[in-house]
Amino acid sequence: MAHEVPVKRYRGLMDWLTTVDHKKIGILYLIAGGFFFLVGGFEALLIRIQLWKPMNDFVGADNYNELLTMHGTTMIFLAAMPMLFALMNAIVPLQIGARDVAFPFVNALGFWTFFFGGLLLNLSWFTGGAPDAGWTSYLPLAGPTYNLDHGVDYYVIGLQIAGIGTLIGGINFLVTIINMRAPGMTFMRMPMFTWTAFITSALILFAFPALTVGLVALMFDRLFQANFFEAAGGGNAVLWEHIFWIFGHPEVYILILPAFGVISEVVSTFSRKRLFGYSTMVFATVLIGFLGFMVWVHHMFTTGLGPVANALFSIATMLIAVPTGIKIFNWIFTLWGGSIRFTTANLFAVGFVPTFVMGGVTGVMLAAAPADFQYHDSYFVVAHFHYVIVGGLILGIFAGLHYWWPKMFGRMLSERLGKLTFWTFFIGFHLTFFVQHFLGLLGMPRRVYTYLDGYDFNELNLISTIGAFLMAFGTICFLVNIVVSFRKPADAADDPWEDGRTLEWSIPSPAPEYNFAQTPLVRGYDALWKEKMEGHGTMSPAEPAGPIHMPSPSILPLLMSVGLFISGLGFMYADNDWPNPFFSQLFGTHIVAVLGLAVTLGCMLIRSLKDDPGFHIDPEEPQLKGVKA
Amino acid sequence: MSAHPHPEGKLPHEPERATLEGRNKVLGFWLFLGGETVLFGTLFSTFLALRGQVGEGNPTSHELFNLAMVAVATLILLTSSLTSVFAIQAMHKERVKAMIGWLIVTVVFGLLFLGLEIYEFAEYAAEGHRFSTSAFSSSFYTLVGFHGAHVAFGVIWISILVGQIVKKGLTVVTAPKIYVAGMYWHFIDVVWVFIFTVVYLMGKVG
Repeated sequence: MAHEVPVKRYRGLMDWLTTVDHKKIGILYLIAGGFFFLVGGFEALLIRIQLWKPMNDFVGADNYNELLTMHGTTMIFLAAMPMLFALMNAIVPLQIGARDVAFPFVNALGFWTFFFGGLLLNLSWFTGGAPDAGWTSYLPLAGPTYNLDHGVDYYVIGLQIAGIGTLIGGINFLVTIINMRAPGMTFMRMPMFTWTAFITSALILFAFPALTVGLVALMFDRLFQANFFEAAGGGNAVLWEHIFWIFGHPEVYILILPAFGVISEVVSTFSRKRLFGYSTMVFATVLIGFLGFMVWVHHMFTTGLGPVANALFSIATMLIAVPTGIKIFNWIFTLWGGSIRFTTANLFAVGFVPTFVMGGVTGVMLAAAPADFQYHDSYFVVAHFHYVIVGGLILGIFAGLHYWWPKMFGRMLSERLGKLTFWTFFIGFHLTFFVQHFLGLLGMPRRVYTYLDGYDFNELNLISTIGAFLMAFGTICFLVNIVVSFRKPADAADDPWEDGRTLEWSIPSPAPEYNFAQTPLVRGYDALWKEKMEGHGTMSPAEPAGPIHMPSPSILPLLMSVGLFISGLGFMYADNDWPNPFFSQLFGTHIVAVLGLAVTLGCMLIRSLKDDPGFHIDPEEPQLKGVKA
Repeated sequence: MSAHPHPEGKLPHEPERATLEGRNKVLGFWLFLGGETVLFGTLFSTFLALRGQVGEGNPTSHELFNLAMVAVATLILLTSSLTSVFAIQAMHKERVKAMIGWLIVTVVFGLLFLGLEIYEFAEYAAEGHRFSTSAFSSSFYTLVGFHGAHVAFGVIWISILVGQIVKKGLTVVTAPKIYVAGMYWHFIDVVWVFIFTVVYLMGKVG
C-alpha cells in the first residue's frame, strides 16, 4: 500500500476499551446491558417482595419509590435498548454483507456514552438517594419545588449522556444499511431483522432529540432556576407530559420492532420456510413506525385534553392493531406446514406469539378512552405493558440470543439448559403478570408501596411474587448456560442450525474481524438459502480477494464519555452544601463541569485533526481469523 | 473502501462523494440534521406554549425586542450562508485559496452575529428579562441560546477546518468535512429564519 502507517493494536483489556469492531461492541453492549438487566431485575424482586403481603414494611415508602423509578428507567434505557443494540451490532452488518459499519468510531462512542450515562444514573444509589419520581419523571413531582435531593438530577443528566449514545448509534445503523449493502442486496431482499433495525433506527433519530429537549428543560428548571414546568413562574407541567410521550410512545416501538425482526428470522429458519408475506411484513413495519409517532396522547387521556383529542388518538392507537395483526398472522402462516424444530430459540419465538397477542389485546382495551378512565394508573396497565415489553421484547431477545449465540461467540448454548430457561421464565412470566390484570380490575393502584388487607388483593399478589422468583430462576439458568458454554471449546460450525437462510450463516462462527473475506454477491431474498437450493452451498464473491482496509482502534470514545460523566457530576453538585470549603470552591465555580467538557471537546479536536489511515488485513493470514471472544 | 488520496494528484469531480467514507459522512450528516430538526422543533413548540407566560411587572416580548438590531443580525447570518456557498463552489472548482477565503469570511460573519446576540442578551437582562424571570424568558433564552451555541460551535469547527486545509490541502479526506460543515452552516441559518419569524416578528406584532 502506498502510505502504510503502522497502527498500534492492543490486547486484553485495552483491546476491549479501544475496539471499534462492531462485533466486539455488540458483545460489550450485551455484557453491559445484561448487567443492567440483572440490576433492574433485582429491583423488581425487591418490589415484589414488598408487595407479597398487605401492609408489608420490607423496604418502606421512600425506597419503594426509588426502586420503582430505577426499575423502569434501568430496564428501558439501560437493559432493553442496549441488548437490542447488541444484537443489531453483532448481526446487521453480517446480514447485509458489509465489511464494517459506516462509522466504527462513532459506534464505539455510542457504547461508551450509554455505559457512562448508565453508571452515572446508578451512582445515585450510593450518593444519597436514587431518582424517585417514576420513570416518566412527571412534573411537578420531579421539579425543584417538591423534589429537593439530587435523585432527579442523576436522572436528567444520566439519561442525556446515555441518549447521545442511542442517537448516534441509530444514525450509524441508518447509514450502514443505506450505503453499505453488498451488491444485489436490494431493500426488498433485506432480512426482516435488518429491516426492523432500520425502522427502529429511524424512530430513534426522530424520537430521542425530543427527549433531550425535555431533559434539558427539566435540568434547567432544577439546576438553573428556569421556569419551564414551574407553575409559579408561568411554566406548564402538561408540557412535560407531551414532550415525554412524543418521545416515549415511539420508544416502545423502538423496543418492540427489533424483537419482531428476531421472531421473523427464528420462526422462518426453524420452520425451514420462507417468511410468509415478506413484503407485507416490511409494509407493516414501516406503518407501525409511522403510527408510533401519531398516538402519544393515549398516555394522557385523563389529563383533560378534551373528548375530540381523546377520540382521535383512540382511533389512531387502535389502527396500530392492523399492521401488528398482519405480522402475527404472517408468523403463524410461516409456521403452518413447516417442518418445525423446537429449538430453544424457536420455543421463545413460538411462546412470544400468543403472549404478545395478549399484550396487544389489553392495549386495544386501554386505547378506548372511556375505558381508560377506569383502568388508568391501575395494575391493569402494569400487566399490559409488561406483557408487551417482557412478553414481547424480552422473549424476543432471549430467542435472538439463543439463535445467534454461536455466531457471536463460536459456541453452542446447551439446549437442555435452554429449555429449562424457557419453561421457567415463560411460566414465571405469566404467573407474575396475568394475575395483575385482575388486581387492576379489582382496583389495586400502581405505584403504591403497600395495600390494606381485605380487598381480595392478597392471594393474587402472592402468586405474582412467586412468579417473579420463577422468572429470576429462569434468568439464572441462562447465566449458567453461558458459563457452561464458555467451558467448552469454540467449535460452532459456520451454519450450526443447518437451516440458516441469511448471509451471516455463510461465514465462520464467530465472524472474522473483517466479516467477509470477499464481499458476497446477493442473488435473491434469503441469499444463502437460495444458493443452497440451487446446489452451490456458498455465496459467490462479488469482488476479487485482496487486502482489507480496517479502522484503527481508539481510546478516544472512552475518554470522551468519561469527560461527559465528570462534567455531569460537576453541574449536579455546583450548588451543593459542601462541608469542605475546598470542595465548594471546586464545584461552586463550575471548574469540574468545565473540565469534564474540556476533556470531551479536546478529544473531539484530536479526532478531527488526526486522520485515521487504518490498517490492512490479508484475509489469508490464518492467525487473524475470528473475533477473539 | 480506503481513504487513499487520488493517485495522479487530480481531485475527482465531487471530492466529498469520491470515497465511501465521504458518502457515509454526507448521508450521516443529513440524518443528523433530521434529528436536529426534531430538537429545534421541540424547542419551538416549548417556546410557543410558554411565550405568553410573562410574570407581572416583567417586560413582554413587545416591549423588549429591538427589531432593527435583530434584522441586522439576520442580514449578517443570511449573507454568511451565501459566502459558505461560494466556498463550496470554489472547492468544486479546486480553487483552494478562494475556498479558504470564503470560509474565513463566513467565520467572520458568524462572529459578528454572535457579538450582536451577546449584546442583545445583555441589554434584555438589564431590562429585567433574565433566564429565571418567567417561563417566557426561560424558553426564549433556551431556544435562541441553543441556536447561538450552534453558531459558536460552527465558528470554531470551520476555523479548525481552515487550519486543516492549510496544512493538508484539499483531498478526498478533507473535502467531505468542508462539505458537511457547509450543510451545518445552512441548517443553522434556516433555523434562524424560523427564529426571526416565530420569536421576533410574532413577538413584536403577533
